[in-house]
Order: sequence, then C-alpha cells, then structure tokens
Amino acid sequence: MDFELSDDQVALQEGLRSFCQGRLPMAAVRELEATGGIDRALWRELAEMGVFALRLPEADGGVGLGWADAVLAFEELGRAIVPGPLVWTHLVAGLVEGAAEGTAIVGGLPRDDQSRLVEYAPSLDALVVLDDAGAWLVDPSSLELEPVAHPLDPLVPVWRVTGLLPQGERIVGVEDPAALQEQGAALVAATMLGVAEAATDLAVGFAKERVQFDRPIGAFQALKHLMADMFVRAEVARGAVYAAGVTLDDPAVGSVRRAVAAARITAAEAALGNGKTCVQVHGGMGYTWEVDAHLLLKRAYALEPAFGGREEWEEAMADLVAQAG
Amino acid sequence: MDLRYSASDEQFRKELREWLGDVLPAIPPEPGPHEWAERRAWDTTWQRMLFDAGYAGINWPTEYGGRGATLTEQLIFLEETTRAGAPYIGVNFVGVLHAGPTIMAEATEEQKAAHLPRILRGEEVWCQGFSEPGAGSDLASLSCKGERDGDEYVITGQKIWTSFAQIADWCELLVRTDPDAPKHKGITWLMFPMDTPGIEIREIRTIVGSSEFSEVFFDGARVPVANRVGAENDGWRVAMVTFGFERGTGFISDLVETDRLIAELAALARKVTRRSGTAWDDVALRRDIGHLQAEMDALWAMTKRNLAQAERHGVPGPAGSVVKVYYSELFQRVTDLAMQLLGRAGLSRDDVGELASGTFVEERLRSTSFTIAAGTSQIQRNIIAERILGLPKDR
Repeated sequence: MDFELSDDQVALQEGLRSFCQGRLPMAAVRELEATGGIDRALWRELAEMGVFALRLPEADGGVGLGWADAVLAFEELGRAIVPGPLVWTHLVAGLVEGAAEGTAIVGGLPRDDQSRLVEYAPSLDALVVLDDAGAWLVDPSSLELEPVAHPLDPLVPVWRVTGLLPQGERIVGVEDPAALQEQGAALVAATMLGVAEAATDLAVGFAKERVQFDRPIGAFQALKHLMADMFVRAEVARGAVYAAGVTLDDPAVGSVRRAVAAARITAAEAALGNGKTCVQVHGGMGYTWEVDAHLLLKRAYALEPAFGGREEWEEAMADLVAQAG
Repeated sequence: MDLRYSASDEQFRKELREWLGDVLPAIPPEPGPHEWAERRAWDTTWQRMLFDAGYAGINWPTEYGGRGATLTEQLIFLEETTRAGAPYIGVNFVGVLHAGPTIMAEATEEQKAAHLPRILRGEEVWCQGFSEPGAGSDLASLSCKGERDGDEYVITGQKIWTSFAQIADWCELLVRTDPDAPKHKGITWLMFPMDTPGIEIREIRTIVGSSEFSEVFFDGARVPVANRVGAENDGWRVAMVTFGFERGTGFISDLVETDRLIAELAALARKVTRRSGTAWDDVALRRDIGHLQAEMDALWAMTKRNLAQAERHGVPGPAGSVVKVYYSELFQRVTDLAMQLLGRAGLSRDDVGELASGTFVEERLRSTSFTIAAGTSQIQRNIIAERILGLPKDR
C-alpha cells in the first residue's frame, strides 16, 4: 500500500497546474464570461493536455491513464475554476465523436431534472441525457431553449429547455448509468477539492497582507482558526477524493459507491465551507465583484447539484452503512 | 497511488489474526475502572503476551527489542487488535509510546539497558508528569522546582492530569531547574521513581465520575542526578523529541472504534421507536449518519495518505494536528447525534432495555476531553495556521 502520488502523477499535476497558471490566470477566466464560458481554442488546448482523452487507451489515441490520474487533473481544473462542461465531455470521450479530441463540446443533464437548465447550451455540440435506463445523446440544436438572464455563476451561463426533451439516441458503451453517475460524482468531487484549495490560498494570501490594528489580520486567532478549518476541510476531502479515484481503478480495495459518496460529501463540504469563509476573511472586499472570492463560492454552489447533490449521496451512504451493519 | 496491501502485509495480517484467535478467548474479563491493581495486572499481562509473541513495541526499532514494523504493518496491527477487541495499551501507554521512545533517543546506554527491556516486557509502568495547574496549553511555563543539592535534585511543586500515577513505577518528570532562564531553556527531564518519599497522589474525579487521572504533589522529594536524561536545562527539547516520532499511527485504534460506533448508531436508530416506525425511517437522521460515515471514511483515507508520506519522506510534519482536530470533533458529533436519538433513554448511563445508552452516554461524556487533552483544538488550529499556512504569530 502506497497511497502517495507516483512521480508520473506529480508530473501530471504540475503540468496541468502550470498550464492553468499560464493560460488561465483569473483575469483570463473572467474574460470567458463574454463568450458564454467557452473558448473553442482553449477547449482544444485542454484536449491536447489530455484532459478528455486521459483514460482512453493509447491505442485509441488516449493517454492510457486511470481514474486516480483523472481526479488529480480535475482537482487542477477546479483550482483554476476552468468553466465549461469538462466532466461530461471527459465521461463520454471515446463514446461521442470529437469529445476526446476537443472538437466536440458535450454537456449533460439528468432526465428527471425539474429545473431543465442546461449549462453552456449554445456552445454545445452534443447533450447527454442521463436516466435509469441509460445515457442518451440529444442534438442541442433541436431543443427549444430560453436563456436565463441572471445565472448564479457568471462563468456558468444556463438556458432552460422550454419544449420537449427528446428521448435521444442511446450512447453505446454506457451499460450502467449508475456507474456513470458515480464516475461523474467523483470528478465533480475532485473539481470541488480544487475550488476549496483555491479558496484557502486566496484567503491566506489576503490575511498575510491586509493590515488592521497595526498588524496583518492573519495574526488574529479568530481568523487563523477560520483558515485552519479551511485547510482541514480540504485535506480531509483530498484523502477521500484520491481514494475514490484509486477505488474506481481497483474496486478490489473497497466499495466504489461508498468511496465516491465519501469524496462527494466531504468535497462539497470543503468547497462550500471554504468558499463562504474566503468571502468572510476578505471582509467588505469579499462582497465585491472585483475580488475573486465570489467566483469560488459561486462555482462551489454551481457544482453542488451535479451528479447527485449531497443529500442524495448522504442517503446512499446511510444505506451502505445499514447494509454493512 | 494504490490502496492494496502487499502479499507480505496480508501474511502479517493472517498470522496476527490467527494469534489473536488463539489467545484472546483465554484472557479474563476486563477489570472495573477503579480496580487499579487489577487493571495494571491485566494490561501488563497483555504487554507480556505481546512480547512473547514478538508484537511488543511494534513501532520500536529492532535494536531495542521492538518489532521494527513498517507503518502499514503498524496500521494492520492496530486495526486487527482493536477489531478483535484485544486489550488496549492501557497503563503501558506512557512507557511504550512516550517515555520509552524518549529514552531511546536521548538516554545513556546504561539508562536504556535499565528501562527499555522492562517497558517492553510489561515489567515497568510509566506515568507522565508534564502538565501543572498553571501550565496547561502553555506547558513551557511549568514551575515545579528541581533544585540541585549535590548528587540529587530536590523536587517541590505539583503536577496534574497524571494518568495511572497510583500504579506507575516511574514518572517522566519535567522540572524547572533554572528559574532565571527563558522558559524553554530552564527545564530538565527526569526519570522519577514513584516510590520516592515526599510525594502525594490524589485522584481527580472527572466528568465521567472516575478516572485514571491524578494530581501529584512533590514536597522535597529527592531524585539522583543520575536519573536525568539529556543535559540539565535541555529538558524541553528532550520532551519534544518524541513528537518527532509520531508517524500518523496515533489515532488508528480510535478510528476503528469510531467506525464501530457509527455502525452501532445506525443499529440504535433502527431500535428507537417513533410514533410510527423507527428513527431510521427519518430521512434527515439517515442523512446525518451518512454524512458522519463519509467524514469517517475520508479520515481513514487521509490517515493512509499520512502514513504513505511518512514512510516515504520520514517526517509527517504537522499533519497530526489536522487528524486530531477533525477526529475529536467528529467523534463528539457522533455521540451528540446518539444523545439526540436516545431521547429520554439518555437519562441513563446504563443500557435501557435494548437501547445502548450505556455506551453512548459514557462516550458522549468521555469524548468532551478529546478536544482538550494532548493539545486543545484551539492550540491545534494555531499550529495549523502558523506552521502549515504560514500565518504570522500573534505573540
């Protein structure tokens, strides 16, 4: 047992981190608001970095890595709050044409979703509708859509499906929709972990610089303890997220469903908790549009309902506890 | 990253299970909490059994008679012994986990030979004389005096929160030997024989009504200078050196227990009746339990990461503070939820019919100490903020 990153995994992590720092500093991410959160050139660059084809076999043009690597990649994407339907496109890479190569942008939603909101709708080349029977591919241009004037996250614009949501064509290769749900939840958890860490870094950096009562506010215990809790939440979630990746690769080490539930629940706690605390540590500036804290908090909320919200996963976990007992 | 146990780990686990299966049925029932002599005998007998089977000092280097096990083997050892319901380390705690390692690191060869084998065989029980009424979180401000008089130190003052003082043979004692030096520079670490004249032990009645804790009063008690470990006035460093040995295994038994407690909580929920059905029919309660289990599983995963990092890089750093803060508060939330669930049955510290109020009320009360002992949650948060996040000190 060696539950520590391999050298290759460290290289993957550092590669994506430096790509995001260079190509997607927060100012560049903010500019994506003007184009509905999507820049096709950037999307292809992400594909070249292996974000979508990461788990496809090398023989099929993929990178040949596993879920443990994928969660590391999505942690970095979350840290940089890269917008776009990254998880859906990654999940169907190899199943939907162009997804792996970054030429097709694929979104998705659950069929029984009451809101019928679709993120990034006009930018999508394909839409996955997930239900108990399978995953279905719908042509987004066939949908009647109404833009939502005021989305929660300015980088996650949404449209409402006002007409019929068609059955779509079955995606061959998704035999078990529950498994796809688990995989999606693991990647969302990884993304949330990245958001949580970015929030900690932003708050700590600010608290070291901001001076009140003649000292950096980070010297005050009341604030220190808030930030210590941010760190703790993210570290705990990191353990669970990495364990979910390893378990998806090697289900012999434990229940995939249970590992994903633990990751999803603790990562949501970390992203939301840290997003809120980051605003609080910034004081009045945290309430402004200018400081990035609100973007982290909004992304945490935007991710929360994806692939089952916390409540759904908490119930799933309780069932697993009852079965085990 | 992987979570698979190696073939040799599995072999280690198999042998340990077989041994536990052989020996545990023959162990007499655990003595009551106040039966000190019996407790000592029970715990030290277990230590001797571990020794004879080659499991004593699982984390001690082989040169001192320990097993020198890998961290993964230590994890397996703690998991398996706790799951099997084997005796806990009990009265051997200070000797095996603190005084012993300190002696290994800092004592003379003669001192090592005199104590380490005896600790390992369960022949010598140690207690810890660190905290004082005026020196809790700020331990370095301790004032119990050690005045040099020829070949002896004369000890005057008071210690508190000393576990198993009544039945210990030795005390690892921190005393102030230079009152004029800065507070960290005037402390000395002594091996103090508990049968020395001039000490008085008073048991502390705690929130649970009883406890292994005592106050120890020293009134001119004399201890040979030869009992000093390390240099005079260098005792703070000597005491702290042990914390550098902590490799992240410290909470593994507790994690196993907490897992079991959450399972018992789910079982309790299915026994607590509501107007119709049981508490388990309440989806909000089920979600609460699911949430606690998620946190627990995450804590296990984090512990395995800490072990992997310690195995690879040697020093785990302040990650222990993260585990301590999270574990202690999680455990309290588990027992809080149990109290809520028990309702009026929670008025009893004994089981009420089939409701396990005995366990849960006791654990709720006992766990109030978890966020206080061995560094309060507030001190741990300061450590995380200052040593990990690099936030400025406020003093």
